[in-house]
Amino acid sequence: MTAMLSSRHLMTMDDVTADDIALILDTAESFAEVNERRIKKLPTLRGRTVINLFLEPSTRTRMSFEIAAKRLSADGVNFTASSSATVKGESLRDTAATLAAMSCDLVIVRHKYAGAPQIIAEMMDCSVVNGGDGVHEHPTQALLDLYTMRQNLGHLEGLTVGIVGDIAHSRVAGSLVPALRKVGATPIIIAPPTLLPARPDILGAEVAYDFDQVLPRLDVAYMLRIQMERFDEAGFPSLREYARLYGMNMKRLSAAKPELVIMHPGPMNRGVEISSDVADHARSLVLGQVESGVAVRMAVMYLLLGGADSGAAA
Amino acid sequence: MAYRTKAEVMDSVAIDRALTRIAHEVLEANKGCEGLALAGIVTRGAHLAVRLAERIRAIEGVAVPVGSIDISFYRDDVATRLAPEVRRTDIPFDVEGRTIVVVDDVLFTGRTIRAAMDAIMDYGRPRTIQLAVLVDRGHRELPIRADYVGKNVPTAGRERVKVSLSETDGRDSVEILEQDGGE
Amino acid sequence: MALLLKGGRLVDPAAGLDTVADVVIRDGVIVEIGEDLTIPKGVTIECAEKVVLPGLVDLHVHLREPGREDEETVSSGKRAAAHGGFAGICPMPNTEPVADEGSAITALMDLADDGFPVQVFPVGAMTVKQAGELMAEIGDMHHAGAVAFSDDGRCVQDSGVMRRVMDYAKMFPVTLMSHCQDDALAGRGVVNEGVVSTRLGLPGYPAAAEEIMIARDIALCELTGCRVHVQHVSTARGVELIRVAKAAGLPVTCEVTPHHLFLDEDMLDLTYDTNRKMNPPLRTAADREALLDGLVDGTVDAIATDHAPHAAHEKQLEFELAPFGTTGLETALSLVNTHLVACGRVTWSQVAQWMCHGPRSCVPLIPEQRIEVGRPGTLTIVDPEARVEVTREWFVGTSRNSAFLGAKLLGKATEVLVDGEWALKGGKVVER
Repeated sequence: MTAMLSSRHLMTMDDVTADDIALILDTAESFAEVNERRIKKLPTLRGRTVINLFLEPSTRTRMSFEIAAKRLSADGVNFTASSSATVKGESLRDTAATLAAMSCDLVIVRHKYAGAPQIIAEMMDCSVVNGGDGVHEHPTQALLDLYTMRQNLGHLEGLTVGIVGDIAHSRVAGSLVPALRKVGATPIIIAPPTLLPARPDILGAEVAYDFDQVLPRLDVAYMLRIQMERFDEAGFPSLREYARLYGMNMKRLSAAKPELVIMHPGPMNRGVEISSDVADHARSLVLGQVESGVAVRMAVMYLLLGGADSGAAA
Repeated sequence: MAYRTKAEVMDSVAIDRALTRIAHEVLEANKGCEGLALAGIVTRGAHLAVRLAERIRAIEGVAVPVGSIDISFYRDDVATRLAPEVRRTDIPFDVEGRTIVVVDDVLFTGRTIRAAMDAIMDYGRPRTIQLAVLVDRGHRELPIRADYVGKNVPTAGRERVKVSLSETDGRDSVEILEQDGGE
Repeated sequence: MALLLKGGRLVDPAAGLDTVADVVIRDGVIVEIGEDLTIPKGVTIECAEKVVLPGLVDLHVHLREPGREDEETVSSGKRAAAHGGFAGICPMPNTEPVADEGSAITALMDLADDGFPVQVFPVGAMTVKQAGELMAEIGDMHHAGAVAFSDDGRCVQDSGVMRRVMDYAKMFPVTLMSHCQDDALAGRGVVNEGVVSTRLGLPGYPAAAEEIMIARDIALCELTGCRVHVQHVSTARGVELIRVAKAAGLPVTCEVTPHHLFLDEDMLDLTYDTNRKMNPPLRTAADREALLDGLVDGTVDAIATDHAPHAAHEKQLEFELAPFGTTGLETALSLVNTHLVACGRVTWSQVAQWMCHGPRSCVPLIPEQRIEVGRPGTLTIVDPEARVEVTREWFVGTSRNSAFLGAKLLGKATEVLVDGEWALKGGKVVER
């Protein structure tokens, strides 16, 4: 048995198989234990350099990767810039070439535009993890979501997971839907037609406009964040109407299965996609997701960086 | 590369006797089992630690706490190979101020023991760490020695020592393997 | 100076020709067509196994001069045209600055007068700075030599402005060319809205954004009586709208590009190849089929390349930031042969229609060309068996942003003659 992932990159969910996902989640369980220790640090990736290339602001995701790298004793370096700087100044390719010249082992890339990880991988001879590319994918978020579901519900296969909200502009949904399919769960995407991608049918998920109709079938209600900043092109008339049709609140919680859990990738808009009392409810796993994030990202880094030259050593 | 058995150096009776002796030695050296805990290195070291704890209870009537350590994340060769399977490290006792006996099946280069000590230190500051092994086969690469040894087995570097335990392998034995066919 | 083309297969539906024969050109004019011809002195070119067509014309190219000479100049564009078998090209006005007045057309004609024998038929802007607001000096530009008008790259959004331009332009024998795109609907779209936009997480550009404007321009054609040419139609419904308009007798023509004929959105993948980012975007396989059907039934008049050279460093940006377009002049004929003629789907006679006569019928100011005695010696000679591997080094034009890089194609223009002058000879662009 080999403990290697099938790809040296994690750019999209296409890079991982069901076995890879199981390996990542199992490894993450070991790391979760480390995060409960007094000294939360392992020497595992000592001497390895991890670059956080964050070309779009995202403090939460960056911190999670940063902590994961530090707990594994990797040398983490942050490279942050706004996307507009790379448009007017140095191109992403040149940035990648510059980083390549400094020889690092892993690049975490977050960018406003889809396909950025592929450009980095093309230019650099190291592993690339997609920390979110445009509205395309965010694979480590999907993995930590799977981890959280497995920890709380005991299994993944057979779960019915409703993903509610702006599917069209959600990189989280972009990775979570294929991830759920790979582990044998059933994703249902729940949104008004204006917040669905052009061809939801090809995603392999059931599509529902009416949240309340599918709610009783759900084991997990995954609430996506409504992007207030692009409200001008929003696909609904008002936040009030959105909250009424698609928000998770106590009334909906009581209409659901008693074991339903609520998830949200954060940051939450309380009172819009999730009511405050649900956000703080015992069945909300929101903080657990954040906690899982570090362990899952540690597992991804460990599995991508460890054993890199195992072919030669075996 | 294929290996074949060269010799069986311990059978189940020998292993049994060695563990009983080690249990006595541990109690003697530490003047009882006050503040004592065992930490076995997964996989076979952990099973041996459990057996050792049973012997100690049979002798002293006290259950000493037993933990298990997975050293995958502490290895110094992570860059070259990953452990086939990472298991949870489980230290169900407070490390602070204790006497901890690390238990493993074979002592070879000493690198595994180094990693295990690092792992224990990350849980706190024990008073002492001691080492018990079923077989010491020599070829140390670090300044580490065992406090309790079941059997010293001189080996050639190319040979292997195979420890089988009933918990994982269905029987108890220690064998020396050599490369099939030779050069 | 006499020239004898020996034993080629002459194909020209307008002249009723598809036969093996010899052609004699003297002083730039075809003087004799027949079997076993000889000339007392001059040059004889062996054309056995080759196809001789009237000179090809590309209605839609972007030469980046003035403004972006690093991407293409008039001169380099003419040589790229010759390499691809074209004897004439229509450069679009979206240069920097925009060719929106007579002096710009005159300047372009001067640049084109570089002694290299590929004809340049300028296209002027419809509106000032292609801003879609004020009508440009169409009459002045026409007198300077513009054969057609287009805001290509952009589309006049205000239907009232478009109507005025069409009303005004119809007094000249020019063609209005329309890049049909509803900006509000196309939005930030960079790929076809549908499967590929969903799969790759890229903003979609729906077919309707193009079709709505095709429908509008057809309605304005009917209202004004001005002839309109729909550029790079890419969707099945777009073709159908034009089919219906033509059946109603409206003076509507249209073109398709090789990339819309031979590529579709399924060929966009996680490599995010920006050389396949076009406007209009690559559509579906069904749209491709509809475009070919349109060619075959005569709804589509011409194959035009929308040759869009871009600097490598700009094409290498993130997909959403990279400019639209692929080069096309040098690959079009080989693609048509590979995908349509060699496999027996269409004949050389049809190719002559779509790449020689069709373009000229869309723009009447481009002189007619036939393989007939008394006509100019403007011809394209093709070796249908030549093998082409499309590599970056293979291109003659300045930019190499081809959507077909890596393709192995069959057939290549070996000779281009313009008024009896060599532009391409033995497969090589003639140095002048």
